[in-house]
Amino acid sequence: MNVAQRIQQRFPDGFVKAVEWRGDMAVTVTRDRLHDVARLLHDDPDLDFDYIVHVSSVVWPDDEERFEVVYEFYSIRKRHRIRLKTRVPESDCEVDSLTDIWKGAEFMEREVFDMMGIRFRRHQDLRRILMPDDYTEGYPLRKDFPLRGKGWRDTFEFLNETK
Amino acid sequence: MGLIQIGHQKDGDSGVITLSLEKAVNWARKGSLWPMTFGLACCAIEMMAAVSSRYDMDRYGAGVFRASPRQSDLMIVAGTVCRRMAPVIRKIYDQMPEPKYVIAMGSCATSGNIYDSYSVVQGVDRFVPVDIYVPGCPPTPEALFDGILKLQERIMQKRVFTKQPEQVKA
Repeated sequence: MNVAQRIQQRFPDGFVKAVEWRGDMAVTVTRDRLHDVARLLHDDPDLDFDYIVHVSSVVWPDDEERFEVVYEFYSIRKRHRIRLKTRVPESDCEVDSLTDIWKGAEFMEREVFDMMGIRFRRHQDLRRILMPDDYTEGYPLRKDFPLRGKGWRDTFEFLNETK
Repeated sequence: MGLIQIGHQKDGDSGVITLSLEKAVNWARKGSLWPMTFGLACCAIEMMAAVSSRYDMDRYGAGVFRASPRQSDLMIVAGTVCRRMAPVIRKIYDQMPEPKYVIAMGSCATSGNIYDSYSVVQGVDRFVPVDIYVPGCPPTPEALFDGILKLQERIMQKRVFTKQPEQVKA
């Protein structure tokens, strides 16, 4: 029984779909069950996903649930990996933080928040990480954000301060 | 040099050089351009190569890279300038003592290159005065040397003791 089947068996209400492509398993789960599934992946001795490789996000401009958060996990002892996805609508742009399971998720979730504007519930320190704290133009990696920004790159307020 | 006449005397007396003090000062300045270490991206690799023994930037007196702006004359902005880096570059430029010069090394520092995005400044000259632009992506060490030689020509044209004309003709 592979990992996807285990998730489906344990959380039949949370399982959406599983896709395997060239040996990479990607499981999509509902947003409500994400934290429970992650807990299973981490705690189950047969799965033992002790390392969070990456947290990223995708925009699907035509879809109802526009955003997708993608997690990648790896088991150092068992040497297997899995990709976990969940969809987030723009109206309620929030997902459970996994920092209580993997501490390493902290900075990666901050990056997703900074670039895409997806909030992580119960994240201890959800601030911008790449852009300045006082950046007001929005979330640069969203597809509706203009490529050249909204004027920040051409504003040099410090030139007036030094005079 | 062409500007200095050397009156070498064969009777054992020390040689005599006659030139204007302005030329002497400019000659000293152009021969000891200490650059500020300021690598931002891949151009910095070429800048480092230019200091190496194969290319030897010390030949132009410009190989003494300083880690402090207080000891530098020349800031070589080598690489992509992100908007978040801009205040840092300006602060370091302001900390450098006069006379100071800026070389924008590579397409990114000159114009932003292909990075026409929300975070990349479209050329350092938007917030720091630039003397010489070196084209290339990245420029070879030879191209950087060409920029340094051009800067030296420019320094020789500067007025030191009289008022600088509004625009120095290149």
